[in-house]
Amino acid sequence: MSEIRTTNVEVRLPSRMGFEKVAMSTAASVAKLMGFRDDRVEDLKTAVAEACINAIEHGNRLNEKLSVGVVLSAGEDSLEVKVIDDGTGMKKQPAKPDIDRKMHGEEDARGMGMFLIQALVDEAEWVSGVDGKSSYVRLVIRLDKDQG
Amino acid sequence: MQSETKSHVDQLTSPAGHAVTVLRFEGDIASTSKEAVLGVYQALPKATNKIILLDFTKVDYINSSGIALVIQLLIEAANSGQKVYAYGLSAHFVKVFTMVGITKYAGLFPDQAAALAAL
Repeated sequence: MSEIRTTNVEVRLPSRMGFEKVAMSTAASVAKLMGFRDDRVEDLKTAVAEACINAIEHGNRLNEKLSVGVVLSAGEDSLEVKVIDDGTGMKKQPAKPDIDRKMHGEEDARGMGMFLIQALVDEAEWVSGVDGKSSYVRLVIRLDKDQG
Repeated sequence: MQSETKSHVDQLTSPAGHAVTVLRFEGDIASTSKEAVLGVYQALPKATNKIILLDFTKVDYINSSGIALVIQLLIEAANSGQKVYAYGLSAHFVKVFTMVGITKYAGLFPDQAAALAAL
């Protein structure tokens, strides 16, 4: 049985808006090294940025004493990204955004981050940490066998 | 950390003779971009700026908060009887704008020439 080799890269971000771009760039660099197509790298960048924004804004509530952990695990045919904060995690998944409801003022114009994450990666799960700490979102994006 | 959003307004005329107001953005479109996106739009007189064209050619990064600002602009424009179009988005952000439904309320074009030719 062959051993699957995984390479980990870790980044810690301050809980300040804008620093999601550091995680985004790191994830893009790892994905490019793994051979992901440019369009999949762009998908990953947006998903990672949105996960970090949620962690900064909702998980750590912009408390700069807290940091957001980003762990990238590059496997043979997939890249897993965990974005970890000190919040209590998602109580429930928000509804899919509805542009018509937004345009008619029946729904907040915001609230698209989780939808974008789910739509742009192959797997996304939100895990609540024990004792209300170390909650995380786990994203997986897979290398297509036929991509060159 | 987020790059400042710059914006400015140009007044053009389409080949069909319509007055077109172009809002040109530069930098990131994020939560800090409210003044550059909504503020600049809201400063335009509604009665004389009926066709609004958003230029994203020099925008590298748009997050969900930035998309929400664009939607807020679309809501105000719809309520004021203005038409909004956009161009210059990368293929990725064309996909994202389509996924969230913006294309239902704002036509997208690849570049300024294509947009003006269609207006």
